[in-house]
Amino acid sequence: MTEVISKPATRRLPLVGLLSRVLLLRESWVGMIGAALIVFWVLLAFTAPLISPYHPNATLVPYAVPGTAAPDGGTFWLGTDHIGRDILSRVIWGTRTVLVYAPLATLSAYALGIVLGLAAGYYRGWMDEVLSRFSDLVLSFPVLVLYILIIVRFGSSGLNIILAVTFASAPGVMRIVRGLVLDIRDRDYIAAAQMRGESPWYIMFVEILPNVRGPLIVDGCLRLGYVTITIGVLGFLGLGLPPPDPDWGGMINETRSMAMAFPHMALFPCLAISSLVLGLNLLADGLREVLLDA
Amino acid sequence: MARFIVKRLLFMAATMLTVSILLFGLLEISPGSVATKVLGPYTSQEQRDLWLEAHGYFRPLHVRYLDWLGHLVQGEFGESIRFKVPVAEVLWPRLSNTAVLGGLVLVIMVPFSLALGVLAGMKEGSPLDRTISLFSIVTTSVPEFASSVILAALFVFYLGLLPGTSTMASGFSWREMVLPVLVLVLYDFGYVTRMTRASMVEVMTRPYIRTAVLKGLPHRRVIFRHALRNALIAPFTVIMLQINWLLSGVIVVEFFFAYKGFGSLLLEASLNQDLFLIEACTMVSVLVAVGTQTLADIGYVYLNPRIRFS
Repeated sequence: MTEVISKPATRRLPLVGLLSRVLLLRESWVGMIGAALIVFWVLLAFTAPLISPYHPNATLVPYAVPGTAAPDGGTFWLGTDHIGRDILSRVIWGTRTVLVYAPLATLSAYALGIVLGLAAGYYRGWMDEVLSRFSDLVLSFPVLVLYILIIVRFGSSGLNIILAVTFASAPGVMRIVRGLVLDIRDRDYIAAAQMRGESPWYIMFVEILPNVRGPLIVDGCLRLGYVTITIGVLGFLGLGLPPPDPDWGGMINETRSMAMAFPHMALFPCLAISSLVLGLNLLADGLREVLLDA
Repeated sequence: MARFIVKRLLFMAATMLTVSILLFGLLEISPGSVATKVLGPYTSQEQRDLWLEAHGYFRPLHVRYLDWLGHLVQGEFGESIRFKVPVAEVLWPRLSNTAVLGGLVLVIMVPFSLALGVLAGMKEGSPLDRTISLFSIVTTSVPEFASSVILAALFVFYLGLLPGTSTMASGFSWREMVLPVLVLVLYDFGYVTRMTRASMVEVMTRPYIRTAVLKGLPHRRVIFRHALRNALIAPFTVIMLQINWLLSGVIVVEFFFAYKGFGSLLLEASLNQDLFLIEACTMVSVLVAVGTQTLADIGYVYLNPRIRFS
């Protein structure tokens, strides 16, 4: 206990340290494939107005199969849907929807989960007891039942989807953060900060949080994939974002009854969402090797 | 052990009670909206008041809750607005259909995922391990609705091998079960495989495995006699918890394939604001989820002598 009580030097530049670890990802080809898939979709989202051949809501020629020539001389590369909207354009524009709502919802769940988890793990006692019981309760619901109940009761809108995801996912995040905090709260540098008279929230956010970031980044990546699936499922069940703006889950819902006759309408949004989630899961796998096993 | 079981059962009862309070608060707290949902939007205020009076909705809140809870516990859920029959009459047949679907999924998924997990975990980092791990990431990345569409396009549209709906209109049909079961197995096995693999990897690093290898036991014997017994404790919990996920999965799959099960019933009830049916379905699904969690906890302690005898 006579060790020098000072901040370790490496913590001066926490972001640089993290970045150099993340760059090790190039040694994991699984992680690189995942990152490439994500970069691909992010680029599509940014360049949607430039590269999408038609307006996503324009009704052109209904029931065109992939490769049909369009009246204006272009081609419907992925075909059109039942009211004649170009599927390629809708998939491209739908990227924006999913890449806005899924990260927002995940971030919001993380913000709440981290605060609750830090508080539960650091203060322990009754606060931990109450928060843990509550999270057990939320986690005991079959997830989709919880979403359906919330959306049906409060209506489906972008904000409600974000709130529902936050409510349903924050307890899981809280549980992970709490476990990590319990693991390190008795370390010397925490005691040192307490001796210096730092406030509890300073200790939680400046001393504890940066030291548990590795597992949180990996979990965040997986969770982002899961939230993407959730938003897709809600759209698929007809509980997602209101039409007509393109949303992959909603596109599948609108055309699924024709899936047996015109499978291309639902197929491409399915492939899109699967490849995005696959990218996130592969990236998480790569990050796990780089950040946790090293 | 007995004390632990009693404690877990009490905890389960407390959870169910809290869920019932939340549900009551969410759906039944305002009598006005209950009457609108039951009688429809085009009814007069007097008609609604008469109905509310007749069904005791003007009593104090706590009396109403206790009365409601009493009926719920006895399985009297009220009358379904959509089906115009007592909720229990639609609920139980649908639930047994889903039990058939879920049972088939588990019967196929459990041995398959355990075998793959053990094979992958026997030698960490081997080509077999990498292949199995990658395969399980890929299948877990394709959500159930997407694999439903993809498999239906493949087997129904392009190959014409299987029926695209599973209504079971002309009695039980194995052919109609193939796609729903396949979709659920594909999505769910990856997680169990990964957990089994992790557990196996951990066991293989233990000193008693090294001892067994060093004293010259055949590899097969090391795996089957020494490693498996301990490696399969953790997956048991995972499989039980997987039933919670399966409940979400059946909603999607039953909806897509028009299978007349519990999941599609819950969705139909929710979309049609069929109040009492929603309540019944929610309570049943939470009961199944919490029940399997309790079983998982008890089973874990029972299977793990280090905890059982401490």
